[in-house]
Amino acid sequence: MSGWNRKDLLAIGDLSAEEITLVLDTARAFKGVGERSLKKVPALRGKTLVNFFVEPSTRTRLSFELAAMRLSADVVNMEATASSLRKGESLKDTALNLEALHADIIVLRHSSPGSSHFLASRLESSIINAGDGAHEHPTQGLLDVFTMREKLGGLKGLKVAIVGDILFSRVARSNIAALNKLGAEVILVGPSTLVPKVFGKLGVKVVHRIDDVLESCDVINLLRIQHERQRREYFPGIGEYIALFGLTKARADRLKPGCLVMHPGPINRGVEVDSDVADGERSVILEQVTNGLAVRMAVLYLCSGGAPLQPAKPSREVSR
Amino acid sequence: MTALSGQNATVIRGGRVIDPANGRDAIGDLWVVAGKIAEAEFVPPESGYDVIEAGNLIVAPGLIDIHVHFREPGQTHKETIASGARAAAAGGFTSVICMPNTSPAADNAGTIALIREKAAASACVNVFCAGAITKGLAGEELAPYGSMVAAGIVAITDDGHCVQNHEVMRRAVEYARMFGLTVMDHCQDYSLTAGAVMHEGEWSLRLGLPGWPRVGEELIVARNILLAELCDSPIHCQHISACGSVRLIAEARARGVKISGEVCPHHVWFTDEQLRTFDANFKMNPPLRSDRDVDAVLAGIADGTLDILCSDHAPHAYYEKEVEIDHAPFGITGLETEFGAFCDLLVHRKKVISIERLIALYTANPARLLGLDRGTLSPGVPADITLIDPGAEWTCRAEDSLSLSRNTPFHGITFRGRAVRTIVGGRTVWHS
Repeated sequence: MSGWNRKDLLAIGDLSAEEITLVLDTARAFKGVGERSLKKVPALRGKTLVNFFVEPSTRTRLSFELAAMRLSADVVNMEATASSLRKGESLKDTALNLEALHADIIVLRHSSPGSSHFLASRLESSIINAGDGAHEHPTQGLLDVFTMREKLGGLKGLKVAIVGDILFSRVARSNIAALNKLGAEVILVGPSTLVPKVFGKLGVKVVHRIDDVLESCDVINLLRIQHERQRREYFPGIGEYIALFGLTKARADRLKPGCLVMHPGPINRGVEVDSDVADGERSVILEQVTNGLAVRMAVLYLCSGGAPLQPAKPSREVSR
Repeated sequence: MTALSGQNATVIRGGRVIDPANGRDAIGDLWVVAGKIAEAEFVPPESGYDVIEAGNLIVAPGLIDIHVHFREPGQTHKETIASGARAAAAGGFTSVICMPNTSPAADNAGTIALIREKAAASACVNVFCAGAITKGLAGEELAPYGSMVAAGIVAITDDGHCVQNHEVMRRAVEYARMFGLTVMDHCQDYSLTAGAVMHEGEWSLRLGLPGWPRVGEELIVARNILLAELCDSPIHCQHISACGSVRLIAEARARGVKISGEVCPHHVWFTDEQLRTFDANFKMNPPLRSDRDVDAVLAGIADGTLDILCSDHAPHAYYEKEVEIDHAPFGITGLETEFGAFCDLLVHRKKVISIERLIALYTANPARLLGLDRGTLSPGVPADITLIDPGAEWTCRAEDSLSLSRNTPFHGITFRGRAVRTIVGGRTVWHS
């Protein structure tokens, strides 16, 4: 197995299938930590992590914070409203200040695509991309494939439908990259304005009828749909969206047995997914959140120079 | 630097003299007397003259760049008229046309006069001014072309901005016609390009960056064609980047419409894939496009549809570009690299045009578009001359630039062909 030689995690698009698998295996080993009563290992003791969130987020920030704490790192949270970015300091200068304060890891959430790449090439600190505009959200992509692998045994040959606002979604891009590399088949579903044909160039299938995928997909990943205010030109309204693309109860009943219903959160109940379906037995939405913690522990650990871990039990790769 | 005497005669000896405006291409001597090209009846003196050896060099009319941004007044940390002119000279340019998006905008006779005074006092090349189409480049009210013409403008444009209101544009073209002014236009439909950072295509999709679709340019090119036809007056489309624009202009020119287009080197050197590293030195407006667009623009240069070349020299301070890609300003420097970049690509590698044609696209053609008494070696005109070594290999080094800014995407690239001496009014202002 090849090792992990990255100080940063910027995009799944940059990773090889081996590197992705290595993160997933390491995450599997870490998953047990959260289930103990003493939820802490000393792997990052003495390291300092700064959660640098220039765009608001609760769950991702919290997940990184808990992941770092479980690895015994010192954690500082910094949000744009409180930061000097408001006073006109550049992102680079702010980050250089964090580095001057000996931040070992900077977890960056920012509305600009490429902002993590930008810092990673200019700083010695590890940069972990926690979402850069509509570009990537690599830990979300990793936790999604982690969940699929854990639940379904393997990724190769899986049919994964991603539904919704693909055009503006970093989650979709990270999922597409991870799933493509691990041999799954990706079908994008959504209005033609939010899932333009050119996505076909990314090696995925594009369809505009959710009914076309219900009976065949192994996973249906529903993306949060933005309100009309932000997407006025892209679709006429939430009502029409639900009618065409919402995973209603009736549609969910047509999913094949064992099909996973996923959502990166926060969910709009009754919009992209019916409330009962979100809480139903196919739903792994909360498990995604739990797995996110393990995946983020793995990423922080590996980017700090930790040796890849193998889970106690061999991973159960099922041939399909 | 060799200072040529203003009064004494100088001979540029033994070069290949290429003067497209006069259909001249021959090995010979070119005499300069009192800062002008010698008259036909001039008899070379026996002695007492200066000699510039030009063996193995091309002796061309001084190159003209009809699209540059010198940032004076208002943003002199990026470029001054003096520094921009030095960069022009180092690129082989003897004349530049400055865009009016200074601060304040060059939309009135006073600002034009200020720029021309600054240029007269500090610039080593000829600095011509384009005035604004509309006041404050706001696209709403016509700027006072009459008084700006009196102050010395040679064209009008809202470059960096685009007049969105078609009625305003129509009246601008009609009104400019009275002064024989060419209207130049930065072709960009705002409603189709709101927030855009790069070409809309596979790469914008991959990178999650807002796209600038071709149609955002093509729609305004089509608008300009229709208005040029309606008003029977010339419109020049700046920095053409999209394949559809080339087709539209070709069709219109075949019908005799007074429409023209120009090309910048970056639009044929690079494609949108360059943005994959999020390097803001590949961010400009219009953006780098696809291979298909590059091929169409090259074909447009080859068949004469696009017959002027320029840089869109747009200096920005290092720290202004050293930010998140969507926050970075558009634009790159280009005066020092454009001739080498085009010579290398168009003449040597892709063989799209000959060196004579390349020189025409930088001399006779822009001079004709704007009615300048430059871009030729005709007897009696100011002796603006560029000596070119078409085979010289050289490497762009951003740190060597004479511009105040360093925002070039060509850093580290080796070109074949360059200017080696720049002569303005008979005086050498730069040599390699």
